[in-house]
Amino acid sequence: MIESSQLTRKFSTKQGTVEAVRGVDFEVAEGETVGFLGANGAGKTTTLRMLTTLLGPSSGTATVAGHDLRDEPIEVRKRIGYVAQAGGTDPQTSVREELALQARLYRVPASEVPERVRRVSHQLDLYDLLDREAGALSGGQRRRLDIALGLIHRPPLVFLDEPTSGLDPQARSALWEHIRRLRDELGTTIFLTTHYLDEADALCDRLLIIDQGRIVTEGSPEELKNRVAGDLITIELQSGELVDRAKALLGSREDVRELATVGSTLRLTVERGEQAVLDMLRVLDGAELQPIAINLARPSLDQVFLAFTGRSLHDDPGATT
Amino acid sequence: MELLLDTRLIFGRYMRQLMRNKIALTFGVLQPLLYLGFFGPLLTRMPGSGALYDGQSVWQGFVPGMLVMLGLFGSAFAGFGIIGELRLGVVERMRVTPASRLALLMGRIGTDVVRIEMQAVLLLLAAFGFGLRAPVFGILISLGILGLITGCIASLSYAIALFAREENSFAPLLNAVLLPLVLLSGILLPMSLAPGWLNALAHMSPFLYVVNGLRDAFVGDYGSSAMLVGLFVTFVFTAVSLTVGALTFRRENA
Ligand SMILES: Nc1ncnc2c1ncn2[C@@H]1O[C@H](COP(=O)(O)OP(=O)(O)OP(=O)(O)O)[C@@H](O)[C@H]1O
Ligand SMILES: [Mg+2]
Repeated sequence: MIESSQLTRKFSTKQGTVEAVRGVDFEVAEGETVGFLGANGAGKTTTLRMLTTLLGPSSGTATVAGHDLRDEPIEVRKRIGYVAQAGGTDPQTSVREELALQARLYRVPASEVPERVRRVSHQLDLYDLLDREAGALSGGQRRRLDIALGLIHRPPLVFLDEPTSGLDPQARSALWEHIRRLRDELGTTIFLTTHYLDEADALCDRLLIIDQGRIVTEGSPEELKNRVAGDLITIELQSGELVDRAKALLGSREDVRELATVGSTLRLTVERGEQAVLDMLRVLDGAELQPIAINLARPSLDQVFLAFTGRSLHDDPGATT
Repeated sequence: MELLLDTRLIFGRYMRQLMRNKIALTFGVLQPLLYLGFFGPLLTRMPGSGALYDGQSVWQGFVPGMLVMLGLFGSAFAGFGIIGELRLGVVERMRVTPASRLALLMGRIGTDVVRIEMQAVLLLLAAFGFGLRAPVFGILISLGILGLITGCIASLSYAIALFAREENSFAPLLNAVLLPLVLLSGILLPMSLAPGWLNALAHMSPFLYVVNGLRDAFVGDYGSSAMLVGLFVTFVFTAVSLTVGALTFRRENA
């Protein structure tokens, strides 16, 4: 669906040149939900605006929905939907009117427009708000309208720039549900950006982590977590002496990457923790070592992000809240 | 075909916005109306006013200038609308659809032209009350020319706004251009009264020719050289400004 090859984009500002995107290469297959995860200013929006024909790349090329960005922008536009980070509705125009106009601009025949408007407004819970002016919607309702506007022509590929920004937790999970349905029921390919790790984890088949205009790593959320940290197993025993025995028994296993003892607990970083933990219990049992407690922790995407970009998404100095 | 269809859609959108905003519609005509009511009567009572606009009644000479002023001020500020929409994201939302980018411009311009024409009719009715008499055909030609120059100015205004991208740099730019243009176009008084240097300077303003042409139309002198020059200038100006507008709208990053 998307093949991006060495896309770059520079902006000239009074302070000099900003290299917003420094050569991104990736592919997105049909039906995939791919997430673009990055901190503020990483270049997510800029990349999306290039892929949606809104911004000319400084260099590089991309094929989107089967057509070249530069040679056939109109063909690309016909096949994609785009929901901008900041939305795009006129406060004085009614929800119905906005949806109908967008459908018509996407060449939905006039006779089908009312049905489309009805359908999409049901899907995004806007049906009761159709005659309200966009300016009179709450932030979350307006965000749903933005999304409805990008989906009204049922594109095979949609770009969602921070689809859930500004939504409360309930509205977010409702929207996640909707995005999943898009993929499962319509087979829509979805490319979204986010800086919420839980969102990336919950929605995306695959993640691209972007930092300072470059993709630093990619993979499914599971792969990324395994690659970075492995799982952490903590085993607590009755005494330090028993810990040493356990250490001798388990330390030589192939799947143990790291191991440390703290007092009467043993901490092991392992690959595929679920299997390892059962195995280890059996070994300990055989040696008559009964642990008091045992705990298995999966690494978080935050650790992944930290490992690849050298910063945590959560203590972003740019964020004020 | 798609160009026409898209233009109609965009035109429809902005017409609905215009109709929702009746206050702006009426207040837009206020400035030329005020000139008509508070300045026109002074002209009629000025000594020697009969000869002011050579051979025309004061109203026949004065109202064409007011029409051009209406067109000029009424559409020069059109760009503010698009700056607001840039910020709202409405412009990008439309540009990401397959709609023709020329249509995004033409639909807006169409609304501006309709708005100014409606205001022009209001102005003419008022002028009629004050004592204007002019041939119907001449008035129709004038409204046609007014429509074209309105489209020109609106087109340029949108183009400049897309470059300026924010009100703070757009507004001073407008003021710097508009006032000299109005003064140099003989909108209030004919430039034939001007000293040589000023008259020469005035000939750089395209609207001078337009106003002179309209004045001839108002007395039914459709074949005069001023009329022909006025039409010619209008057409050239239209072609140039629409091209500038269209190119700006088609730029990748506008
Ligand atoms: N029009 C522009 N002119 C100048 N610089 C720009 C422009 N647009 C973006 N940039 C710069 O490019 C960089 C990348 O911006 P971009 O909007 O792509 O980031 P982002 O990953 O979407 O961030 P966020 O999470 O805050 O939305 C930033 O440093 C930004 O300041
Ligand atoms: Mg962004």
